Amino acid sequence: MQEVTLNPRIVEIRQNILKKNDVLARELRKGFQEAGVYVINLVSSPGAGKTTLLTEMLTRLGERYGVAALVGDLATENDAERLRLSGAQVRQITTGTVCHLDAEMVKRNLEGWDLEAIDFLFIENVGNLVCPASYDLGENQRVVLFSVTEGEDKPVKYPTIVNSADTAVITKIDLAEAVGFQRECFYEALNEVRPGIPIFEVSVRTGEGIEEWIAHLEAGKAAFEKAAGCL
Amino acid sequence: MHELSIAHSLVELAIEAAEKTGTKRVKTLYLKLGVLSGVVKEALEFSFDVVVQGTPLEGARLVIEDIPVKVFCPDCKQAHILPEPFPMRCPVCKRRTGQVLEGREMELYALEGGEEDAGSDVKPPDR
Repeated sequence: MQEVTLNPRIVEIRQNILKKNDVLARELRKGFQEAGVYVINLVSSPGAGKTTLLTEMLTRLGERYGVAALVGDLATENDAERLRLSGAQVRQITTGTVCHLDAEMVKRNLEGWDLEAIDFLFIENVGNLVCPASYDLGENQRVVLFSVTEGEDKPVKYPTIVNSADTAVITKIDLAEAVGFQRECFYEALNEVRPGIPIFEVSVRTGEGIEEWIAHLEAGKAAFEKAAGCL
Repeated sequence: MHELSIAHSLVELAIEAAEKTGTKRVKTLYLKLGVLSGVVKEALEFSFDVVVQGTPLEGARLVIEDIPVKVFCPDCKQAHILPEPFPMRCPVCKRRTGQVLEGREMELYALEGGEEDAGSDVKPPDR
């Protein structure tokens, strides 16, 4: 039977669509590891309190470590200006209309920084609980933040990002009572989409939970250094 | 909507893959899209149609296979496909498990070219 001309030509490719980003993220991760930089990617909706918590972390960790931050926003330098008050090195990544950060933006914005002098690098993603989920930035820890005012079912509404996160932080916990925050429902929702996720409750205003949160980051860095030492 | 960025990456990757494998006149792109990939299929299809204009892939079709979530249940010691991505529980014993084996894919799986003698080579992309 003559069917050669009818045979379509199919070739297997089997490559991740975001291969370029993933390759770059791997390179970044390797570079960070060699320089001893522990990287934390912060994701949340707009208004969850990323910048406020970040200012607090930069201030507290900055007393003992080299700290720096990259902060993503669609427009304005406002967040970087707020964060610089902590005394840390801060760079704003203005994305224009792009709704997430990618590895290339991180790489480009690290230029000129001495990574050896940085112990903790925070990347504050664009306020968005959808798009940042797909992009690896070379981070060691992805932290998803929710404030108590956002509703207990929010993790179930944005399951993909929660599922991709390593840790969850509940912010503005001092308002919990005032807004009728149902702690159990929230924990339940988080665990339905990302079973076993470590959860921290913090309030920058009252200082509640901040010590524990900072200790968690330090422990993460210590574990990372130990793992790097074994290589 | 990050599907537009993803469509750009997809077209770029596919053009590169077509050149590398000597695939002429790409007719179809086969994708595997996990339900946990964070990509909305319809948005990606729409974005692809926009992005592909004026590239060597213009006119190519996108065929997307949805990949369900497969988890490993430490109690059953077995992998199971979840009927729904969430809640993340073993569908048999209902134990919670976060060990995702499949469902995060965002993969260009294959390219289908036209007939060997039907057309010219894939042109290099406009830069």
